[in-house]
Amino acid sequence: MNRTGLIIQREFLSRVKKKSFLVMTLLGPILMASLFIVPIILSESGSPQKEVLVLDETDLFEGYLAESPESRYTYLEDMELDSAKSKLKKSDAYALLYVPCGAHCDLNFIEKSIQLYSEKTVSLDMKYSLKRQLERELENLKLKRDSVDLEKIEAAKTSVNISTISLEGDQEEENYSELTTAVGFVMAFLIYIFIFIYGAQVMRGVIEEKSNRIVEVIISSVKPFQLMLGKIIGVALVGLTQFLLWVILTFAIVSVVQYAYLDDAYSSTAVAGQMAGSQANDAIAEVQANEMPKILKMMDSINFPLIIGSFLFYFMGGYLLYGALFAAIGAAVDNESDTQQFMLPVTVPLILAIIVAQTVITNPESPVAFWFSLIPFTSPVIMMVRVAMGVPISELLLSMGLLVAGFFGTVWVAARIYRTGILMYGKKVSYSELWKWIRFKG
Amino acid sequence: MSLLIAENVVKDYAEHRALNDVSIEVPNSSIFGLLGPNGAGKTSLIRIINQITGPDQGTIYLDGEPLKPNHIEHIGYLPEERGLYKKMKVGEQALYLARLKGLSTHEAKKRLQEWFKRMEIIDWWDKKVEDLSKGMAQKVQFVTTVLHEPKLLIFDEPFSGFDPINANLIKDEILRLRENGATVIFSTHRMESVEELCDHIALINKSEKILDGKLSDIKNDYKNGIYELQYHSGNFPVEMPNGMTITEQSEGRARIQLAEGIAANQLLQFILPHVGITSFKEEIPSANDIFIQTVQKASV
Repeated sequence: MNRTGLIIQREFLSRVKKKSFLVMTLLGPILMASLFIVPIILSESGSPQKEVLVLDETDLFEGYLAESPESRYTYLEDMELDSAKSKLKKSDAYALLYVPCGAHCDLNFIEKSIQLYSEKTVSLDMKYSLKRQLERELENLKLKRDSVDLEKIEAAKTSVNISTISLEGDQEEENYSELTTAVGFVMAFLIYIFIFIYGAQVMRGVIEEKSNRIVEVIISSVKPFQLMLGKIIGVALVGLTQFLLWVILTFAIVSVVQYAYLDDAYSSTAVAGQMAGSQANDAIAEVQANEMPKILKMMDSINFPLIIGSFLFYFMGGYLLYGALFAAIGAAVDNESDTQQFMLPVTVPLILAIIVAQTVITNPESPVAFWFSLIPFTSPVIMMVRVAMGVPISELLLSMGLLVAGFFGTVWVAARIYRTGILMYGKKVSYSELWKWIRFKG
Repeated sequence: MSLLIAENVVKDYAEHRALNDVSIEVPNSSIFGLLGPNGAGKTSLIRIINQITGPDQGTIYLDGEPLKPNHIEHIGYLPEERGLYKKMKVGEQALYLARLKGLSTHEAKKRLQEWFKRMEIIDWWDKKVEDLSKGMAQKVQFVTTVLHEPKLLIFDEPFSGFDPINANLIKDEILRLRENGATVIFSTHRMESVEELCDHIALINKSEKILDGKLSDIKNDYKNGIYELQYHSGNFPVEMPNGMTITEQSEGRARIQLAEGIAANQLLQFILPHVGITSFKEEIPSANDIFIQTVQKASV
């Protein structure tokens, strides 16, 4: 095995054998899986149905408040408010809804005077659910009072559904921009996190070698450049391994839990419903009936080979570019607390990228999106968002080319800082000093 | 035949010149002392020989060939700033360093076990480096430096961190390696070990070589013709012949400086009738004296 290979091997094995790697590898998927599973289990088991007493002096709402899994309603007949309150205290009921009539049971008076009594703090869900139901009914009553035809209003209600169809290539293809946007953003975010976590690991590794004083021993056997590159690649392989294990384990956990806790028919729709945001049960039923083929079609509309290919490319490209810079920072300092002054210029473009990514989602063709997806320091994040949403192949290739060039550029700069920095002890380094190291021919 | 020749080496750093036209020749199978005050440029020269940095001018020849990347395998370097990965196991780490020098896993393991046994650290094979004492870690470093049996060994302050017993052990190992044909460059501030080990030295001061050669020749050059004489009876003559000067005289002991051209025998002949001599010897300057004298003279 050649020497760079040996270094890669050591960097990889020494990290993978650590306990913290094992812990992170196991913990990561559990956290990720719980993001999907816990809300389902929670809604499945739910909280017990709450009883709400209703004292309706107007008699307008009897039977209008719909019983739901969360709450049921008991109407109190011919009772004073005070005795209703004491009944609430004595019973297990959760709250008391009081609708006063006032002098004439005027609708405008009622809407301002409704009260909800409870011994505990009333949950927001409960409050808004009641508010919505009462508002709707009062609106209907007002319209009736003014002799408006309710049926006509119902008929005039409209829900517009725009299908976006891309004309790329010869085929017309219906695409689903919400889904592709989400996929793109998640991947961009993963790249961002990955660069930070593993870039910092490279930096710490360099500082460790420097403060252990082993670095001079090693570079009497290999070139400093080989040592730096070996470390960056070794850490990258650790990251990829961990990422792969996460994906596999997350899928495994999600499917095991689905199998164990939920019966098949319900689980798929529940997961779908969970992903689409909470919907009423009937809506889920509708999804089940009509939308399943559509979901499959949506999955089909995503160009997976392109997205996964680009993801791996930008994942590695972005990491290698920043990894080299992190290595240079590690070489320039004596210990981790000195890294701050050099971290800022390296992290700012990354943070900027993830901020800009949020505007790119709404406007993938804007000049900002265009330029940021070409600049190598931001392209791994921004171009990933755009790739998922569809981007001309020429722009993609240009961006990839620039990233490769950017990688060689930063590695060249980093190598020059690195080979001087690793043998420099006990000296606080300034930017002008770094500039000298870069120009210095060695 | 010289194993290593450095010819007119110049090394510039951003702010200063670390080596100015330095040439040295290290004879085969010698122990060569590279001496000089702190910051003189010794480490710069050593790093150039190890190809960690390159010279700005000048050439280094190893075995008659200009330095090439694969010469690394023929050099073993123990830097002054040395350490190990703290979290790695001792044996694993020694194997790694040996393989970086080009040994196969099998060969490296075999040799390591021999060495570890001889150095009495074989029980530490599976321990983590952070659990080792400083002396133990130094032994491991020494072994990994010499394991690939290089032609040229470079030790920068090899005895720092060792107790006298282990320092002796290392000294014997260095001598043994030389017996087996290795050439050693030895950089240190401890002049007594220079005296014990080195047969050639070079002295570097302020980026320039100010002295080099065989240690015995240098000592001869630095002799100033002073003889020390001890006696047990008789009276030391007060008047000396021409060319002989008493520089110091006390009860039973005298130091006499002889002018050039006057032999020690003449002094003895003159003095024999006067006193009963117990010892008579020429004062030979120590490496320490030579170091201080030369550096001070160069600084004036």
